[in-house]
Amino acid sequence: MRNRVVITGLGVAAPNAVGIPSFSAAIKEGKSGISFLQDLADLTFSCQVGGIPPVTEAIKHQYFTELQLRQLNSSGVVYGVIAGVEAWQNAGLPIATDEPDWENGVIFGTGVLGVDKFRESIYKVDQGQVRRLGSTVVLQTMTSGVSAYLGGILGCGNQITANSSACATGTEALLLAYDRIANGNATRILSGSCNDHGPYVWGGFDAMRVMPYQYNDSPQQASRPMSASASGFVPGSGAGALVLESLDSALARNAHIYGEVLGGHINSGGQRGGGSMTAPNAVAVKRCIQKAVEQAGIQEKDIDLIDGHLTATSKDAAEITAWSEALQRSGADFPYINSLKSMVGHCLSAAGSIECVAAVLELSEDFIYPSLNCEDLHPDISAIIAPDRIPHQLIQRPINVIAKANFGFGDVNACVIFRKFQP
Amino acid sequence: MQTNEELIITLKKIVKPYVQDEQAFENVTENTDFIKDLKVNSANLVDIVLDVEEAFDIEIDNASMERMLTVGAAIDIITEKLAAK
Repeated sequence: MRNRVVITGLGVAAPNAVGIPSFSAAIKEGKSGISFLQDLADLTFSCQVGGIPPVTEAIKHQYFTELQLRQLNSSGVVYGVIAGVEAWQNAGLPIATDEPDWENGVIFGTGVLGVDKFRESIYKVDQGQVRRLGSTVVLQTMTSGVSAYLGGILGCGNQITANSSACATGTEALLLAYDRIANGNATRILSGSCNDHGPYVWGGFDAMRVMPYQYNDSPQQASRPMSASASGFVPGSGAGALVLESLDSALARNAHIYGEVLGGHINSGGQRGGGSMTAPNAVAVKRCIQKAVEQAGIQEKDIDLIDGHLTATSKDAAEITAWSEALQRSGADFPYINSLKSMVGHCLSAAGSIECVAAVLELSEDFIYPSLNCEDLHPDISAIIAPDRIPHQLIQRPINVIAKANFGFGDVNACVIFRKFQP
Repeated sequence: MQTNEELIITLKKIVKPYVQDEQAFENVTENTDFIKDLKVNSANLVDIVLDVEEAFDIEIDNASMERMLTVGAAIDIITEKLAAK
């Protein structure tokens, strides 16, 4: 008998808002978090726009001690701790004092961590100054640095780890947490993911020519998922966090329940059948969605809304095709579908978590956020689904079931099904 | 040349951010142990050494660092290095 798993806490540091109340307002109004970045221009990037969460010094001081801030130069750790601690507080959970809580864990992933700190260290090492690095280089640059910071701040005594699966990282973290709680190996897990910002993280993508160069003068128009004029993804950064908890525990402590994780699936296309290091195997994507629906125990027709991966590349139409074939729904029968990336860009390994937070807010507050910059819908998409399935304005209506998926480099996929909580 | 009292004042400023026992910090003597009394995280001793090097413009070698566990030992080492300049 598997435990039912619910979501009891949310936290976020996104390019368009930091903190759940302002993020909820921002996604309802379709607020873009994309801006022109002078440092990218100075470094002659093709794409000179990006998404960086508006984290002030005051916010940092709210979440870190003076000592922690002293040598801190890892934006991923900053975003991860802000989102993670917010989610924990939002869930009404206490911070352990003397003894860790053995039932509380952290599964918080990232693609790469502490790049600016690493750069600082490389300069010192090359100058023969290794002894002057200070004590926190390892902690800020190891992949599990973010989960280690969070586990220590909160005093968690269950599994503390950082998963990594490129753009699927956040959704994968959530499903790993779901499995662990469903199987009875933990009661509460802070799941999430983060990603550093900046030229050293984004440069490799610019070199691959997968980011748009036409919108440096109009940054808010740059991220155009599902649009005929989409020309690449806009780089983002930040973190999202969700507290997953066994239903029994949530009910016992009378916690607010945002929604239920019904199930999901994680797979890979094996870089076969059209899949590669950078492109998804379409069969694997469809299979991932179908298996998620199957494990959730719902019917395809139950899905009200799809929170897509939809990055604003030529792959968007292929993703819509996969959803349509997997769910056997098309035209006016297709669920609503939107892409948070139209507002915040592609937050890379943080994307899954930030987008899961947005999806859970839609579920619990009964709305569908607008998908920006796709008035000129791609003809390959309008050939499959009715254009009114993509909201350009906020829609307020009951939402019962949401499918959320992310697909990442390495041909990896993760899909989760959320449902409004029914006792 | 600074007196021991002056050195302790400078050292206290350097150590303050790393201290986790404020009460012991109020009552610092030459016998105060950074880790046992002030509850400084042992990893942070490295950072204290770096800050000391910067403040006094000296270099503290590995062997000196290993015995720099109390306020008194730190004062001795700083005095020694300043004299050798």
